[in-house]
Amino acid sequence: MSKAGLEHYLNEHPFFRGLRPKDLAWLAELAEPLECEVGDYLYREGEESRDFYLIQEGLVRLEIHAPGQGDLVIQTVGPGDVLGWSVMIPETRKTFSARIFQATRLLAFDAASVRARAEQDHHFGYELCKRFSRVIGERLQATRLRLLDLYGQPS
Amino acid sequence: MVSLPSPIVVDPMRPRPFRVARVMRETADVVTLELEAQTGPPLRFQPGQFTMLYVFGVGEVPISISGDPQKPERLVHTIRKVGAVTEALCNLRKGAVVGVRGPFGSHWPLEQARGHDVVMVAGGIGLPPLRPAIYHLLHHRQDYGRVYLLYGARTPRDLLFPEELKRWQYTLSHAPGATPVRVTVDRAEGDWDGAVGLVTSLIAPLTIDPSRTTALMVGPEVMMRFTIAELRKRGIPEENLYLSMERNMKCAVGFCGHCQLGPHFVCRDGPVLAFPQVRDWMTRKEV
Ligand SMILES: Cc1cc2nc3c(=O)[nH]c(=O)nc-3n(C[C@H](O)[C@H](O)[C@H](O)COP(=O)(O)OP(=O)(O)OC[C@H]3O[C@@H](n4cnc5c(N)ncnc54)[C@H](O)[C@@H]3O)c2cc1C
Repeated sequence: MSKAGLEHYLNEHPFFRGLRPKDLAWLAELAEPLECEVGDYLYREGEESRDFYLIQEGLVRLEIHAPGQGDLVIQTVGPGDVLGWSVMIPETRKTFSARIFQATRLLAFDAASVRARAEQDHHFGYELCKRFSRVIGERLQATRLRLLDLYGQPS
Repeated sequence: MVSLPSPIVVDPMRPRPFRVARVMRETADVVTLELEAQTGPPLRFQPGQFTMLYVFGVGEVPISISGDPQKPERLVHTIRKVGAVTEALCNLRKGAVVGVRGPFGSHWPLEQARGHDVVMVAGGIGLPPLRPAIYHLLHHRQDYGRVYLLYGARTPRDLLFPEELKRWQYTLSHAPGATPVRVTVDRAEGDWDGAVGLVTSLIAPLTIDPSRTTALMVGPEVMMRFTIAELRKRGIPEENLYLSMERNMKCAVGFCGHCQLGPHFVCRDGPVLAFPQVRDWMTRKEV
């Protein structure tokens, strides 16, 4: 995809939509398209958060390793999902592993560059924080609903 | 709300005897019963309608019809064991006799949805009430646009109709390579190779024409509230969102008020209701 095509693509995506043209252009420049094979790890539990990702195609499993039980799947993320909100917090480490479960195409954004720009340009930083807050809110809501065990036997 | 005529119910309070012709164990706590009328004509129904099933000496419960509307000679219900009556139903053997009243209630707006994309969202035991609508769509596939079935279950072991789900992936498809059936579970187990998460997470990636999309949903009410929010985010008009409200009921004919939801009696006006009819009542307690 050309840079102009990528800018347009980002502006169509709910996460990036409405950012200033100069921010979209900068992000399109930064975006690294990746194609991952089944079984590849985007990142592993305990690693520092290096990138955040926009999944374009495929399926990624978020897993945690439990001794004696193997890799437990917390959630899957797929096309359109943004993965890696913790990049906004410096020096955080990944609490889950992200493993490719179906061949995946995605865009990776370098966390250090994004944080540096957010520090310099608070407007950009605030817009990004709002967007990541929405992602965190949605994850929290989904987690709470799953805790309710809605499909379980009525008590 | 719906244009198709409902079949006439002769004496709605009097059960007719039906014999259990086949029993299928779907999961650890869900059974499908195929029933045949002992006397009189088969029971014709519209997708989304329910009957009152009476286990003699135990009690009577509302259960949606889960079979093919074009094959009324076998009346099919899929039942989850949650209490005394549903347990008795799930324990029935071939040859047993049950009482059937109905069919009752409104049905899915499949006539209005002609020419539209159709998004069906089912959670848990919500798939059986949608299955007659799926059969209808399959019989009239060319009358509809893209069709999606989004289905959320607790674990892979709780998935209903797994063989049909695989078949529908092809038969409901609108184009080669399309994936009309999308399934997710709350907890992955064993060799599950699909999505893990809420059924609502399956809505954002759909390719639909929102202004010409009709959505049908059945599941726990909390799930349906969040499903509606996601479908609204996609721009589907409120009046095109339909839910099956399975609030518990007793008489099934609008006498007793047991299933009242604001001004509506779910048994008489529902179970299938358009979202604008229930919007103001869904989040209120005890209405
Ligand atoms: C229109 C309609 C269609 C339905 N279709 C189906 C169907 O296709 N398959 C199916 O398995 N069930 C269906 N149900 C639900 C079914 O009617 C109830 O599970 C049944 O009445 C429970 O009776 P019981 O004697 O076995 O359990 P009870 O002892 O009456 O209840 C056991 C537990 O289940 C809870 N419960 C009972 N009814 C409901 C309900 N409607 N919603 C949520 N919780 C409930 C009770 O609060 C209690 O905790 C439908 C209900 C309605 C109103």
